[in-house]
Amino acid sequence: MASGAEDRVDPIHQFAITEIVDLGTIGGIDFAFTNSALFMVVTVVLISGFMIAASSSGTLVPSRFQSLAEVAYEFVANMLRDSAGTDGMRFFPFVFSLFMFILVANMLGMFPYFFTVTSHIVVTAALALVVITLVIVYGFYRNGIGFLGLFVPKGVPSFLMPLVVAIEVLSFLSRPISLSVRLFANMLAGHITLKVFASFILMMGAWGVAGWFGAIIPFFMTVALTALEFLVAFLQAYVFAILTCMYLNDALHPSH
Amino acid sequence: MAAQDGNSDKAASASDAALARRLERLSRDLESEKKERSEAEARPKTDNAGYGLAFRLASEFVAGVIVGAAIGWGLDRMAGTSPWGLIGFLLLGFCAGVVNVIRASGGMASSANAEDGQGGERSE
Repeated sequence: MASGAEDRVDPIHQFAITEIVDLGTIGGIDFAFTNSALFMVVTVVLISGFMIAASSSGTLVPSRFQSLAEVAYEFVANMLRDSAGTDGMRFFPFVFSLFMFILVANMLGMFPYFFTVTSHIVVTAALALVVITLVIVYGFYRNGIGFLGLFVPKGVPSFLMPLVVAIEVLSFLSRPISLSVRLFANMLAGHITLKVFASFILMMGAWGVAGWFGAIIPFFMTVALTALEFLVAFLQAYVFAILTCMYLNDALHPSH
Repeated sequence: MAAQDGNSDKAASASDAALARRLERLSRDLESEKKERSEAEARPKTDNAGYGLAFRLASEFVAGVIVGAAIGWGLDRMAGTSPWGLIGFLLLGFCAGVVNVIRASGGMASSANAEDGQGGERSE
Protein backbone atom coordinates (compact mmCIF):
# COMPACT_ATOMS: atom_id res chain seq x y z
CA MET A 1 0.00 0.00 0.00
CA ALA A 2 2.28 2.75 1.24
CA SER A 3 5.48 2.54 -0.72
CA GLY A 4 8.60 4.42 -1.68
CA ALA A 5 9.26 7.71 0.08
CA GLU A 6 5.91 7.63 1.82
CA ASP A 7 6.77 4.89 4.33
CA ARG A 8 10.12 6.41 5.14
CA VAL A 9 8.90 8.27 8.20
CA ASP A 10 11.39 10.72 9.67
CA PRO A 11 11.18 10.26 13.48
CA ILE A 12 13.15 13.46 14.16
CA HIS A 13 10.96 15.72 12.06
CA GLN A 14 8.48 16.25 14.92
CA PHE A 15 11.09 18.24 16.84
CA ALA A 16 11.76 20.78 14.07
CA ILE A 17 11.46 24.42 15.11
CA THR A 18 9.50 26.55 12.64
CA GLU A 19 9.05 30.29 12.71
CA ILE A 20 5.51 31.56 12.95
CA VAL A 21 6.11 35.30 13.28
CA ASP A 22 9.50 36.80 12.48
CA LEU A 23 10.40 39.52 14.98
CA GLY A 24 13.53 40.68 13.17
CA THR A 25 17.07 40.70 14.51
CA ILE A 26 18.23 42.32 17.74
CA GLY A 27 21.99 42.62 18.15
CA GLY A 28 22.65 40.15 15.35
CA ILE A 29 20.43 37.45 16.89
CA ASP A 30 17.31 36.30 15.11
CA PHE A 31 14.16 36.65 17.14
CA ALA A 32 11.01 34.86 16.10
CA PHE A 33 7.81 33.54 17.58
CA THR A 34 8.25 29.81 16.92
CA ASN A 35 6.05 26.77 17.32
CA SER A 36 7.94 26.06 20.54
CA ALA A 37 7.06 29.50 21.89
CA LEU A 38 3.46 28.98 20.79
CA PHE A 39 3.17 25.79 22.81
CA MET A 40 4.79 27.43 25.84
CA VAL A 41 2.14 30.15 25.63
CA VAL A 42 -0.59 27.51 25.24
CA THR A 43 0.79 25.68 28.29
CA VAL A 44 0.84 28.81 30.45
CA VAL A 45 -2.62 29.90 29.27
CA LEU A 46 -4.04 26.43 29.98
CA ILE A 47 -2.59 26.32 33.50
CA SER A 48 -3.61 29.89 34.35
CA GLY A 49 -7.10 29.41 32.91
CA PHE A 50 -7.54 26.15 34.78
CA MET A 51 -6.34 27.51 38.13
CA ILE A 52 -8.41 30.70 37.81
CA ALA A 53 -11.53 28.78 36.78
CA ALA A 54 -10.98 26.31 39.64
CA SER A 55 -10.43 28.90 42.35
CA SER A 56 -12.86 31.64 41.25
CA SER A 57 -15.89 29.99 42.87
CA GLY A 58 -14.39 28.44 45.96
CA THR A 59 -16.92 26.25 47.73
CA LEU A 60 -16.62 24.09 50.82
CA VAL A 61 -17.74 21.07 48.82
CA PRO A 62 -15.46 21.40 45.81
CA SER A 63 -16.59 21.10 42.23
CA ARG A 64 -14.69 18.81 39.88
CA PHE A 65 -12.29 21.53 38.74
CA GLN A 66 -11.74 22.78 42.24
CA SER A 67 -10.99 19.35 43.66
CA LEU A 68 -8.53 18.71 40.84
CA ALA A 69 -6.75 21.98 41.64
CA GLU A 70 -6.79 21.06 45.33
CA VAL A 71 -5.24 17.67 44.55
CA ALA A 72 -2.48 19.41 42.58
CA TYR A 73 -1.91 21.87 45.43
CA GLU A 74 -1.80 19.14 48.07
CA PHE A 75 0.53 17.02 45.98
CA VAL A 76 3.13 19.76 45.50
CA ALA A 77 2.74 21.12 49.02
CA ASN A 78 3.32 17.69 50.58
CA MET A 79 6.31 17.08 48.33
CA LEU A 80 7.84 20.40 49.34
CA ARG A 81 7.07 19.96 53.04
CA ASP A 82 8.49 16.43 53.11
CA SER A 83 11.80 17.30 51.50
CA ALA A 84 12.46 20.92 52.52
CA GLY A 85 10.45 21.30 55.74
CA THR A 86 7.88 24.00 56.49
CA ASP A 87 10.58 26.61 55.77
CA GLY A 88 10.47 25.46 52.20
CA MET A 89 6.84 26.52 51.77
CA ARG A 90 8.06 30.02 50.83
CA PHE A 91 9.17 28.46 47.54
CA PHE A 92 5.76 26.91 46.94
CA PRO A 93 4.75 29.30 44.10
CA PHE A 94 8.02 28.59 42.30
CA VAL A 95 7.91 24.81 42.66
CA PHE A 96 4.20 24.67 41.82
CA SER A 97 4.66 26.74 38.63
CA LEU A 98 7.63 24.61 37.62
CA PHE A 99 5.81 21.34 38.22
CA MET A 100 2.63 22.43 36.44
CA PHE A 101 4.54 23.86 33.49
CA ILE A 102 6.56 20.69 32.92
CA LEU A 103 3.59 18.41 33.53
CA VAL A 104 1.25 20.27 31.15
CA ALA A 105 3.97 20.73 28.52
CA ASN A 106 4.73 16.98 28.65
CA MET A 107 1.05 16.07 28.47
CA LEU A 108 0.39 18.46 25.56
CA GLY A 109 3.27 16.76 23.76
CA MET A 110 1.33 13.48 23.90
CA PHE A 111 -1.27 14.82 21.45
CA PRO A 112 -0.54 13.84 17.85
CA TYR A 113 0.86 16.72 15.76
CA PHE A 114 1.56 18.75 18.90
CA PHE A 115 5.01 20.06 19.67
CA THR A 116 6.76 18.86 22.84
CA VAL A 117 8.37 21.89 24.46
CA THR A 118 10.41 19.86 26.94
CA SER A 119 12.06 17.74 24.22
CA HIS A 120 14.54 20.55 23.54
CA ILE A 121 17.52 20.82 25.85
CA VAL A 122 17.48 24.62 25.57
CA VAL A 123 14.19 24.71 27.43
CA THR A 124 15.06 22.14 30.09
CA ALA A 125 18.53 23.62 30.61
CA ALA A 126 16.99 27.07 31.10
CA LEU A 127 14.61 25.63 33.71
CA ALA A 128 17.46 23.81 35.48
CA LEU A 129 19.62 26.96 35.46
CA VAL A 130 16.79 28.96 37.03
CA VAL A 131 16.56 26.34 39.79
CA ILE A 132 20.30 26.21 40.46
CA THR A 133 20.67 30.01 40.32
CA LEU A 134 17.87 30.34 42.85
CA VAL A 135 19.57 27.76 45.10
CA ILE A 136 22.93 29.57 44.94
CA VAL A 137 21.55 33.11 45.34
CA TYR A 138 19.14 32.20 48.14
CA GLY A 139 21.75 29.99 49.83
CA PHE A 140 24.23 32.88 50.06
CA TYR A 141 21.48 35.37 50.93
CA ARG A 142 20.27 33.30 53.85
CA ASN A 143 23.43 31.63 55.15
CA GLY A 144 26.11 34.03 53.97
CA ILE A 145 29.48 32.39 53.54
CA GLY A 146 28.20 29.46 55.60
CA PHE A 147 26.53 28.19 52.44
CA LEU A 148 29.95 26.95 51.37
CA GLY A 149 29.74 24.49 54.27
CA LEU A 150 27.67 22.45 51.80
CA PHE A 151 30.94 21.44 50.17
CA VAL A 152 32.72 20.48 53.40
CA PRO A 153 31.34 17.24 54.84
CA LYS A 154 32.00 16.56 58.49
CA GLY A 155 34.34 13.90 59.80
CA VAL A 156 36.72 13.78 56.83
CA PRO A 157 40.45 13.56 57.67
CA SER A 158 42.22 16.82 56.78
CA PHE A 159 44.61 15.32 54.22
CA LEU A 160 41.60 14.08 52.20
CA MET A 161 39.76 17.40 52.48
CA PRO A 162 40.93 19.07 49.22
CA LEU A 163 40.00 15.98 47.23
CA VAL A 164 36.60 15.65 48.92
CA VAL A 165 35.80 19.34 48.46
CA ALA A 166 36.72 19.12 44.76
CA ILE A 167 34.45 16.11 44.36
CA GLU A 168 31.63 17.86 46.23
CA VAL A 169 31.94 20.95 44.00
CA LEU A 170 31.86 18.80 40.86
CA SER A 171 28.89 16.93 42.26
CA PHE A 172 27.08 20.23 42.81
CA LEU A 173 27.96 21.47 39.31
CA SER A 174 26.61 18.26 37.79
CA ARG A 175 23.15 18.93 39.23
CA PRO A 176 21.82 21.31 36.57
CA ILE A 177 23.18 18.99 33.88
CA SER A 178 21.58 15.85 35.23
CA LEU A 179 18.37 17.79 35.90
CA SER A 180 18.07 19.14 32.36
CA VAL A 181 19.44 16.12 30.48
CA ARG A 182 17.11 13.71 32.27
CA LEU A 183 13.93 15.56 31.32
CA PHE A 184 15.05 16.33 27.77
CA ALA A 185 16.38 12.81 27.06
CA ASN A 186 13.27 11.12 28.42
CA MET A 187 10.91 13.18 26.29
CA LEU A 188 13.08 13.02 23.15
CA ALA A 189 13.75 9.28 23.38
CA GLY A 190 10.14 8.49 24.22
CA HIS A 191 8.72 10.39 21.27
CA ILE A 192 11.28 8.97 18.83
CA THR A 193 10.56 5.43 20.03
CA LEU A 194 6.83 5.97 19.58
CA LYS A 195 7.34 7.29 16.08
CA VAL A 196 9.69 4.47 15.08
CA PHE A 197 7.33 1.75 16.28
CA ALA A 198 4.37 3.46 14.60
CA SER A 199 6.33 3.59 11.32
CA PHE A 200 6.97 -0.18 11.58
CA ILE A 201 3.22 -0.64 11.12
CA LEU A 202 3.36 1.21 7.78
CA MET A 203 6.50 -0.62 6.67
CA MET A 204 5.02 -4.06 7.39
CA GLY A 205 1.80 -3.00 5.73
CA ALA A 206 3.79 -2.53 2.54
CA TRP A 207 4.25 -6.33 2.40
CA GLY A 208 0.57 -6.98 1.77
CA VAL A 209 -1.93 -9.00 3.81
CA ALA A 210 0.67 -11.03 5.76
CA GLY A 211 2.39 -7.76 6.60
CA TRP A 212 -0.82 -6.24 7.95
CA PHE A 213 -1.27 -9.28 10.22
CA GLY A 214 2.33 -8.99 11.35
CA ALA A 215 1.80 -5.30 11.99
CA ILE A 216 -0.35 -6.25 14.98
CA ILE A 217 2.86 -6.66 17.01
CA PRO A 218 4.24 -3.12 16.51
CA PHE A 219 0.69 -1.83 16.87
CA PHE A 220 0.42 -3.28 20.36
CA MET A 221 3.90 -2.02 21.12
CA THR A 222 2.80 1.48 20.11
CA VAL A 223 -0.25 1.28 22.35
CA ALA A 224 1.86 0.06 25.28
CA LEU A 225 4.50 2.72 24.64
CA THR A 226 1.84 5.42 24.59
CA ALA A 227 0.74 4.34 28.05
CA LEU A 228 4.37 4.27 29.19
CA GLU A 229 4.91 7.74 27.77
CA PHE A 230 2.01 9.11 29.81
CA LEU A 231 3.65 7.61 32.88
CA VAL A 232 7.02 9.10 31.91
CA ALA A 233 5.45 12.52 31.23
CA PHE A 234 4.07 12.62 34.77
CA LEU A 235 7.09 10.99 36.37
CA GLN A 236 9.61 13.37 34.86
CA ALA A 237 7.64 16.41 36.00
CA TYR A 238 7.51 14.81 39.46
CA VAL A 239 11.23 14.00 39.50
CA PHE A 240 12.15 17.50 38.33
CA ALA A 241 9.98 19.07 41.04
CA ILE A 242 11.16 16.81 43.86
CA LEU A 243 14.82 17.34 42.98
CA THR A 244 14.15 21.09 42.97
CA CYS A 245 12.74 20.67 46.47
CA MET A 246 15.82 18.75 47.60
CA TYR A 247 18.20 21.36 46.17
CA LEU A 248 16.18 24.13 47.82
CA ASN A 249 16.54 22.17 51.04
CA ASP A 250 20.31 22.42 50.61
CA ALA A 251 19.99 26.20 50.26
CA LEU A 252 17.84 26.36 53.41
CA HIS A 253 19.92 23.97 55.53
CA PRO A 254 23.41 23.74 54.00
CA SER A 255 24.96 21.50 56.69
CA HIS A 256 25.04 17.83 55.75
CA MET B 1 -49.46 3.78 79.33
CA ALA B 2 -47.10 4.92 82.13
CA ALA B 3 -45.43 1.53 82.28
CA GLN B 4 -45.02 1.59 78.55
CA ASP B 5 -43.41 5.07 78.74
CA GLY B 6 -40.95 3.85 81.35
CA ASN B 7 -40.15 0.90 79.18
CA SER B 8 -39.58 3.04 76.10
CA ASP B 9 -37.35 5.42 78.14
CA LYS B 10 -35.26 2.49 79.27
CA ALA B 11 -35.17 1.18 75.74
CA ALA B 12 -34.14 4.62 74.47
CA SER B 13 -31.22 4.89 76.91
CA ALA B 14 -30.18 1.35 76.06
CA SER B 15 -30.32 2.13 72.37
CA ASP B 16 -28.34 5.35 73.02
CA ALA B 17 -25.59 3.32 74.64
CA ALA B 18 -25.73 0.85 71.78
CA LEU B 19 -25.57 3.70 69.31
CA ALA B 20 -22.54 5.19 71.05
CA ARG B 21 -20.84 1.81 70.99
CA ARG B 22 -21.65 1.36 67.31
CA LEU B 23 -20.36 4.86 66.52
CA GLU B 24 -17.12 4.12 68.32
CA ARG B 25 -16.69 0.86 66.45
CA LEU B 26 -17.46 2.59 63.15
CA SER B 27 -14.85 5.28 63.75
CA ARG B 28 -12.31 2.61 64.67
CA ASP B 29 -13.12 0.67 61.49
CA LEU B 30 -12.86 3.84 59.42
CA GLU B 31 -9.52 4.64 61.00
CA SER B 32 -8.06 1.22 60.25
CA GLU B 33 -9.49 1.25 56.73
CA LYS B 34 -7.98 4.66 56.10
CA LYS B 35 -4.62 3.38 57.28
CA GLU B 36 -4.88 0.32 55.02
CA ARG B 37 -5.88 2.45 52.07
CA SER B 38 -3.01 4.88 52.54
CA GLU B 39 -0.64 1.90 52.71
CA ALA B 40 -2.18 0.46 49.55
CA GLU B 41 -1.77 3.82 47.84
CA ALA B 42 1.82 4.07 48.98
CA ARG B 43 2.74 0.80 47.27
CA PRO B 44 2.18 1.68 43.57
CA LYS B 45 3.77 5.05 44.24
CA THR B 46 7.04 3.36 45.20
CA ASP B 47 6.84 1.24 42.03
CA ASN B 48 6.66 4.39 39.89
CA ALA B 49 9.38 5.99 41.96
CA GLY B 50 11.52 2.92 41.25
CA TYR B 51 11.49 3.64 37.53
CA GLY B 52 12.25 7.30 38.21
CA LEU B 53 15.06 6.36 40.58
CA ALA B 54 16.65 4.01 38.03
CA PHE B 55 16.78 6.72 35.41
CA ARG B 56 17.93 9.24 37.99
CA LEU B 57 20.90 7.11 39.08
CA ALA B 58 22.06 6.71 35.48
CA SER B 59 21.80 10.41 34.66
CA GLU B 60 23.44 11.49 37.93
CA PHE B 61 26.48 9.36 37.18
CA VAL B 62 26.78 10.50 33.56
CA ALA B 63 26.35 14.16 34.58
CA GLY B 64 29.25 13.91 37.05
CA VAL B 65 31.57 12.46 34.42
CA ILE B 66 30.48 15.04 31.80
CA VAL B 67 31.05 17.98 34.17
CA GLY B 68 34.49 16.67 35.13
CA ALA B 69 35.50 16.19 31.50
CA ALA B 70 34.16 19.63 30.49
CA ILE B 71 36.01 21.45 33.29
CA GLY B 72 39.23 19.56 32.58
CA TRP B 73 38.99 20.25 28.85
CA GLY B 74 38.28 23.94 29.50
CA LEU B 75 41.25 24.26 31.87
CA ASP B 76 43.48 22.60 29.30
CA ARG B 77 42.30 25.03 26.65
CA MET B 78 43.00 28.02 28.88
CA ALA B 79 46.21 26.92 30.60
CA GLY B 80 47.62 24.77 27.81
CA THR B 81 48.25 21.83 30.14
CA SER B 82 46.75 19.26 27.81
CA PRO B 83 46.08 16.44 28.57
CA TRP B 84 46.64 16.53 32.34
CA GLY B 85 43.65 18.70 33.25
CA LEU B 86 41.32 16.45 31.28
CA ILE B 87 42.74 13.31 32.89
CA GLY B 88 42.67 14.68 36.44
CA PHE B 89 39.21 16.21 36.24
CA LEU B 90 37.77 13.21 34.41
CA LEU B 91 38.84 11.08 37.38
CA LEU B 92 37.40 13.63 39.83
CA GLY B 93 34.20 13.76 37.77
CA PHE B 94 34.02 9.97 37.93
CA CYS B 95 34.25 10.19 41.73
CA ALA B 96 31.61 12.93 41.78
CA GLY B 97 29.34 10.71 39.65
CA VAL B 98 29.74 7.85 42.13
CA VAL B 99 29.04 10.24 45.03
CA ASN B 100 25.92 11.45 43.19
CA VAL B 101 24.70 7.90 42.69
CA ILE B 102 25.29 6.95 46.33
CA ARG B 103 23.49 10.08 47.47
CA ALA B 104 20.61 9.63 45.00
CA SER B 105 20.06 6.02 46.01
CA GLY B 106 19.29 7.46 49.44
CA GLY B 107 19.52 6.05 52.93
CA MET B 108 23.22 5.44 52.42
CA ALA B 109 24.17 9.06 53.10
CA SER B 110 23.68 8.81 56.86
CA SER B 111 25.53 5.51 57.21
CA ALA B 112 28.33 6.75 54.95
CA ASN B 113 28.65 9.86 57.12
CA ALA B 114 28.84 7.73 60.24
CA GLU B 115 31.54 5.56 58.67
CA ASP B 116 33.44 8.64 57.59
CA GLY B 117 33.32 9.92 61.16
CA GLN B 118 34.67 6.64 62.51
CA GLY B 119 37.37 6.57 59.85
CA GLY B 120 38.39 10.11 60.77
CA GLU B 121 38.64 9.22 64.45
CA ARG B 122 40.71 6.17 63.74
CA SER B 123 43.18 8.02 61.56
CA GLU B 124 43.62 10.76 64.14
